[in-house]
Amino acid sequence: MNEELGTIERTVLSDYKYGFVSDIESDDAPMGLDEDTVRFISAKKNEPKWMLDWRLKAYNHWLKMEEPTWANISYPRINYQDIIYYSAPKQKVNLNNLDEIDPELRRTFEKLGISLDEQKRLSGVAVDAVIDSVSIGTTFKAQLGELGIIFCSMSEAIQEHPELIRKYLGSVVPITDNYFAALNAAVFSDGSFCYIPKGVRCPMELSTYFRINAENTGQFERTLIVAEDDSYVSYLEGCTAPMRDENQLHAAVVELIAQDHAEIKYSTVQNWYPGDKDGKGGIYNFVTKRGICQGNSSKISWTQVETGSSITWKYPGVILKGDNSIGEFYSVAVTNNHQQADTGTKMLHLGKNTKSRIVSKGISAGFSQNSYRGLVHVSKKADNARNFSQCDSLLLGDKCGAHTFPYIEVRNHTGIVEHEATTSKIGEDQIFFCNQRGIDTETAVALIVNGFAREVMNQLPMEFAVEAQKLLAISLEGSVG
Amino acid sequence: MLRIHNLHAEIEGKKILKGINLEIKPGEVHAIMGPNGSGKSTLASVLAGRKEYEVTEGTVEFMGKDLLEFSPEARAGEGLFLAFQYPIEIPGLSTINFIKTAVNEVRKYRGEGPLDAVRFLQMMKEKMALTEIDKALLSRSLNEGFSGGEKKRNEIFQMAMLQPKLAILDETDSGLDIDAIRIVANGVNKLRTKDNAVLAVTHYQRLLDYIIPDFVHVLYNGRIVKSGPKELALELEERGYDFIKNEISEAAEA
Repeated sequence: MNEELGTIERTVLSDYKYGFVSDIESDDAPMGLDEDTVRFISAKKNEPKWMLDWRLKAYNHWLKMEEPTWANISYPRINYQDIIYYSAPKQKVNLNNLDEIDPELRRTFEKLGISLDEQKRLSGVAVDAVIDSVSIGTTFKAQLGELGIIFCSMSEAIQEHPELIRKYLGSVVPITDNYFAALNAAVFSDGSFCYIPKGVRCPMELSTYFRINAENTGQFERTLIVAEDDSYVSYLEGCTAPMRDENQLHAAVVELIAQDHAEIKYSTVQNWYPGDKDGKGGIYNFVTKRGICQGNSSKISWTQVETGSSITWKYPGVILKGDNSIGEFYSVAVTNNHQQADTGTKMLHLGKNTKSRIVSKGISAGFSQNSYRGLVHVSKKADNARNFSQCDSLLLGDKCGAHTFPYIEVRNHTGIVEHEATTSKIGEDQIFFCNQRGIDTETAVALIVNGFAREVMNQLPMEFAVEAQKLLAISLEGSVG
Repeated sequence: MLRIHNLHAEIEGKKILKGINLEIKPGEVHAIMGPNGSGKSTLASVLAGRKEYEVTEGTVEFMGKDLLEFSPEARAGEGLFLAFQYPIEIPGLSTINFIKTAVNEVRKYRGEGPLDAVRFLQMMKEKMALTEIDKALLSRSLNEGFSGGEKKRNEIFQMAMLQPKLAILDETDSGLDIDAIRIVANGVNKLRTKDNAVLAVTHYQRLLDYIIPDFVHVLYNGRIVKSGPKELALELEERGYDFIKNEISEAAEA
C-alpha cells in the first residue's frame, strides 16, 4: 500500500505522459474511404477472398446506415473522408522473431513501459503490441503454443487459422450491429486473436497494447477471444495516443465467446489522449464490445477503467445464452475538463438461472459529462434470472454532470432485478479532515476517489491495479481546490 | 508552545471570536468550557485552519512560528492535532491506509522518510493497545458504520499515531456514555508527556473527571471571561453557566 500511495504522490504532479510522437516511417493508405480503401487494406494484408467479401459487405451496409445520435454526447460531425484508414510502420515483412523489430518502435514501447523483450520480462504477462494499424509482435508465443493456446495478431489468425476466424468473426457483433461496428468490419486493420482449447487454464495474463501514433489516422482494431469448454483466460487491454490538436477516431470491436463452464475475464485500462483542458483534441472512442456465454455455466466478466478519450461511447455487454451462466460488468469512468462519457453495459438474459451483476462508478470533474447507460433484459424463457445493478456517481465541483439511464425489460415473472443508485459530492469536510491529518488536497482527492472506486479496482489483475490507481489520480489532478 | 493574542474571527461576516488571549506551555492541560454558541468549536476550527473562518485580528504563535501563515496540512506537520467533534467518513478507504498516508505525509513534511511496513505495523500494534482499539475496526472503511464511541476512539488512535505536540479535543465527550468517555480519556492520559499539551474543549465537566486540567477557561460570547484551576469546572457544573453571565453583567453595571 505504501508503494501505491507513493506512486500517487509522484504522479498527481505529472501531465499526460504518453503524449509523445515517435518518429517512425509509415506506409499509409490514401486519405478517405471508398470501396478501394477497403480493397487496399485487404490487399495489404494479403487476405483471402472470403475476408475481402466480408469487408465489402460490411462497407456497403455501413453506407446505408446513419451515425447514432441517441447518446448523451455532443461533437461536431465526423468527416469520414478526412481520415487515413490504414497506417503501418514501415518495416521488414514476416518477422521471424521480436529481435528484428525496428529499434525506434522498440524504444516507443519501452517508453510506454512495455518491454517486448521476452528475456527481460518477469511479470508473466504475454503482450501483443499494436501500433496504428498493425500488430508489431506478440510475446510468449512459444510457451502458450505448448498448451495449445493461440495468441496472435488478427492478421496472422486470418492467414493461419481461417477455420476459426470464419466460424467466430462477427458471430457476436454482426457487421450490421451498429454504425461503428459496420465501419470497423469494413476497415479494421489488426487486433488480437486468442483461442483457449478445451480444459486449459491460461497460465498468464494475456494483454494487448494499442498505440495510435501517426497523424490523421483512425484506429480500427478487432479482438476475438474464444474459450472452449472448461477453459479460463484473463485478458487485458491498454491504450495510449500522442497529444494532438485534432480529434482522432477509434472504433474497435471486441467479441468474446465462452463455451460450457468456460470463463473469460476481460479488463480494460483505457487511457487514450483526453484532449487538453480546454477540450481541444482527444480521441473519439466509439467501441462495441460484447461477449456471449454460449455454454452452460459459463462466465464473462468485463472490468473497465476509463480515464482517457474526449468522447467515450461503449457498452460492453454479455449475452447470457447458456443456462446458469454469469455476466459481470465492473466500471470506473472518470471524466475531467471537457471530456464526455456515455458508457454502461447490456445484460441479455436468455438462459435459465442466469445471473448478472453491474457495478458502475462514475466520477465527474471540471466541465465534463458522465453518463451511465445500461440495459438489463430478461427474455420469456429466462426462468429465475437475477440481476443486481449498482450505479454510483461522484461529483467534484459544480460545473460537471452525472447522468444515469438504466433500462430494465423483464418478460419473465420469475426474474428478480435490482437497481441501486447514489450520487455524492466530495465534501469540503472530507478534504479538511484529511488536511488536518497532514494530507494535502491532491492526495486527499486521490484517496477519496480510490476509495469510491475500490470495489471495481479490486477486480483488476494485480499487475494493473497499481497503474489504474495512478491513472485515476492523474486524470483528476487540478480538479479540486 | 501556543500563544494566542487578541484573536478575532468571523464566519460569513458574523463575529464569533472577539479577542481571545491564551497561553499554553508544554506539559499542560487546558480546558475551555462555555455555553453553546460561545465560540468553543470556532476556536478549535480556527486553530486547525478551517478556511470558512476568517481571522480579522490578532496573532497565534505555535512553537515560535506564526501558525496562521500555515495551511491546515502544514499545521498538522508542525504538530497540531484536532480530534473532531464529528469525525467524517470516507467509504472504501481503509482506516489503516488512511492513517499510514497521514503518518508518512507528516514525516515527509518533517523531512523524514516513510516508515517501512514492519516499523509501521509495530507502531500500530503499540498504539492500538494504548488506545484500546480493535484491529478489525481499522481494516474497515474510515469511520463508515462506526458507533459514536468507535469514531472517537479512532480519533484518539490517530492522535497516538501522529504524536502531536498540541492536541485539541473538540467536544470529544459528546454523545459518549461514561465507559466510552473513560476509555477515550485513558488514551489521552497515556499519551501525555512533559513536552506535549492538550486543549480540551467541552461543554460538560464530566470529561474533566478523567482528563484533569491544569487550567480551566470559561469562554462566553467570544471572549475568555474567567480562568482558574480545575475546581472552576466543578463550580460551573454546580452553579451552571448562568452565574458567569450574572457576574459579567454585574461587572458591566459596576
